[in-house]
Amino acid sequence: MNAVGQPLKRKEDPKLITGQGQYTDDLTLPGMLHATFVRSPEAHAKIVSVDVSAARERPGVSAVYTIEDLAGACGPMPMAWVPPGVEVKTPERWPLAKDEVNHVGEAIAMIVGSSREVVADAAEDVIVEYDPLPVVTDPEAALLPDSPLVHPDLGTNKTHEWSLGGGDIEAALGEADVVIERRIVNHRTSGAPIEPRAALADFRAGELTMWSATQVPHFVRLFMALLLGMTEERVRIIAPDVGGGFGAKLQFCAEEILLGWASQKLARPVKWTETRSEHMAVCHHGRDQIARVRLGAKRDGTLTGIHAKILADLGAYYGILTPAIPSLGGFVMTGVYRIPAVQTDVVGVFTNKYFTDAIRGAGRPEATHMIEVCMDQLAQELGMDPLELRRRNFIPKEEFPYATPYGVVYDSGDYEGTVSLLLEHFDYEGFRREQTALREQGVYRGVGFSTYTEICGLAPSRATGPAGFGMQAPGWESAAIRVNITGGVTVYTGTSGHGQGHETVFAQIVADRLGVGPELIDVMHGDTATGPMGLNTYGSRSMAVGGEAIAKATERLAEKCRKIVAHALEAAAEDIELADGLFRVRGTDKGMALAEVSGLAHVRPELLPEGMEPALEERFFFDPENFVFPFGAHACLVEVDVETGKVEVLRYLAMDDCGNPLNPLLIDGQVHGGVAHGIGQALYEQIVYDEYGQLVTGTFVDYALPTAAEMPTFETDRTVTPSPVNSLGVKGVGEAGTIAASPAVLNAVIDALRPLGVDYLDMPATPMRVWEAINEGGASRSRHRQPGRKAGEPGPRSSSTPESG
Amino acid sequence: EPRTLLVHTLRDTLGLTGTHVGCDTSSCGACTVHLDGEAIKSCTMLTVQADGREVTTIEGLAGADGTLHPLQEGFWERHGLQCGYCTPGMIMAAADLLARNPNPTEEEIRHGLEGNLCRCTGYHNIVRAVQYAVEQTGART
Repeated sequence: MNAVGQPLKRKEDPKLITGQGQYTDDLTLPGMLHATFVRSPEAHAKIVSVDVSAARERPGVSAVYTIEDLAGACGPMPMAWVPPGVEVKTPERWPLAKDEVNHVGEAIAMIVGSSREVVADAAEDVIVEYDPLPVVTDPEAALLPDSPLVHPDLGTNKTHEWSLGGGDIEAALGEADVVIERRIVNHRTSGAPIEPRAALADFRAGELTMWSATQVPHFVRLFMALLLGMTEERVRIIAPDVGGGFGAKLQFCAEEILLGWASQKLARPVKWTETRSEHMAVCHHGRDQIARVRLGAKRDGTLTGIHAKILADLGAYYGILTPAIPSLGGFVMTGVYRIPAVQTDVVGVFTNKYFTDAIRGAGRPEATHMIEVCMDQLAQELGMDPLELRRRNFIPKEEFPYATPYGVVYDSGDYEGTVSLLLEHFDYEGFRREQTALREQGVYRGVGFSTYTEICGLAPSRATGPAGFGMQAPGWESAAIRVNITGGVTVYTGTSGHGQGHETVFAQIVADRLGVGPELIDVMHGDTATGPMGLNTYGSRSMAVGGEAIAKATERLAEKCRKIVAHALEAAAEDIELADGLFRVRGTDKGMALAEVSGLAHVRPELLPEGMEPALEERFFFDPENFVFPFGAHACLVEVDVETGKVEVLRYLAMDDCGNPLNPLLIDGQVHGGVAHGIGQALYEQIVYDEYGQLVTGTFVDYALPTAAEMPTFETDRTVTPSPVNSLGVKGVGEAGTIAASPAVLNAVIDALRPLGVDYLDMPATPMRVWEAINEGGASRSRHRQPGRKAGEPGPRSSSTPESG
Repeated sequence: EPRTLLVHTLRDTLGLTGTHVGCDTSSCGACTVHLDGEAIKSCTMLTVQADGREVTTIEGLAGADGTLHPLQEGFWERHGLQCGYCTPGMIMAAADLLARNPNPTEEEIRHGLEGNLCRCTGYHNIVRAVQYAVEQTGART
């Protein structure tokens, strides 16, 4: 039986369910010091003075550093996007504030001492004098001529403009019978892995080892080396067990470089673990876009064009990818639809907030939300069923590979297939009948759909590299495989899993190609000193790029095995087949198990074919020809309590297609978590700053992660449309749920509330926002009387109520 | 230090790092342990308050011979964890739930775990894991 395709239980789990995992904060070293940071309570201010004298004198404090101590030791923080032909205004960001602060939480001083308590107390001793500057937090206001400037030296708050299009958008919208226009706010969120960031740096004998709770140890090694003026082989980054990432750990952090530098300076290991409050304030945020979307169609529903003008609030500085993220949405702005003209225009803006960067989906959830919410809005305008409007415009299965008007080529798809599957699980007509009947009883239910595709498997280097999209990084992935003398297998991947189950599913890939069980295969990741250089985990790339590299490396190794066996058994290499756990001579019972082949290759190399190298070890570097494009059809059913505004998710159905399923258990898990992330954004989660730039949602008390009580049971199923881009036929699945979910939820809420006069709503659909929308809609409809208020009496105004066209 | 929290004593002094810290507001439950048999958030208790009382952490849940607790089995069997960071707290909270209510409904499981946050699983398989433990426990008694 093949291992691939089986719902194999995870190899990762035994240690994690017994408390034997090793996360960064679990680690200690002899002589280890602790670090903390003094952070700005001001959102925008000149730093007049910093008095660290009392802190330095506190017993147990080893050092207190400010930017002056750092002078010349390391450069400003890097940003890796240099798009050809686009000017990106780039402010310098130093690991510690220089002269001024531009957001709440900006680090001003680093304190290193003997214990967590000592450095916390010493942080209280630091006296910083600020001269407050005007603050801007509203991205639209930030572009007005009289706005305060976040970086006056750059002369503007506009960071850059970027466009991608195909077809004549104005002509296309001119030909439409109906054009809807919506202003869609996709609010700021936090990645919020349950493990906060942490790092432990140990500089000794000229070499730096750092354990870090990161998704990207290989990037961190490169940046640490560059900034500290070291060569890479002297820097080793280890991502041990990592407690979730969701993009929040796809970053090179100021704290990391400071820890490395401090460890060198003090000749002691130094550890820092962020508090949750720090995470909410200074671990990069996601989303935060205001889009004006126009979608045009003929009266029969045929789409003519979509134009998205995106204003992206990037915050005060850049992380490694900040300004590039909104553009990723532009790559899928046609969604799953055949639209002749598609245009995406991005404008970035600085505000006095923390910077945004990649959070699960990164640009694609925003684009999908725009498209799928607008499809429902258009259906309403046309008087058509929203699912019928979608089906009428699907790119047909026969047209793949499908070239979008803007040049991106979708690899494979069968959008009708996932919708058909959805309707097998969901009685749509029955729901509509029930919905109507329940409304008579004052029960408001709604259904929302989201038919999506996304671009992942980052990335074909030629498409995303310096000459393409402008990333100063390639997109390939590495794999190395070694059969040990006694027949066990060690596999090295350049991806860096942090909960996905790589150790299990990569072992499945190898098992089938070598005729051994997955339990004999050990997958190593997250350590830059073992295995070849890799490019880490993000952008749903690990399987489609990293998994393929492993498959190819294993096939190289299997080919060598076949030659060895053929030589030993005096057969032709092409006659050696893998069967019953043996490399066997076809049509005979003669063969050798992997352990025998390995023993021969390592211990008796003189018996190998003439000229063959001893040992059994291969590697492969895979650079894909194209991205992969998972897709699916999701439906969300909600009930809204119109008296409280509370939305309850009754059912959530996710029909996805991620190509060939290698481990269905893991795929479902990724979909569940991804959908929960999207429901969280749609209903509960929001990073809020007030007009003074103060962070209002600085803890898990204010930032409402969904709990078990709010989440429904997820109903999942799959179609299988293999990708032609890799031999495994796989696409990604880590971000798909998040990309699909938010419009399904929001469309459902709007669908429930239409009889109450609500035809549009922005996320998050919190009880307050929904109640206000009902009461504004209801104010013009006397029959929808609200408790405690006379019919016709105006409800409270909401500053967050969007305008809609 | 008199102000040392129980979770820090467990982790830093006793080396029992299976109990985790995920927030600073008693919201996430990653630090859940049992105190005299009942689940508590060990980030919200001073070590001195636990003086003379019995603390059980995730490290103490499996049998002495290494036999997994039915909940540990359930989390493994039903893919109830991904990154694993919330898992020890989630298991300890679920054990407390089952001690008080050996045969909970799905609704009761979901509400019983409200004080523990997970970002990976969407809770679906955590609920299944607890149900697995309920079934196993029922089958064994």
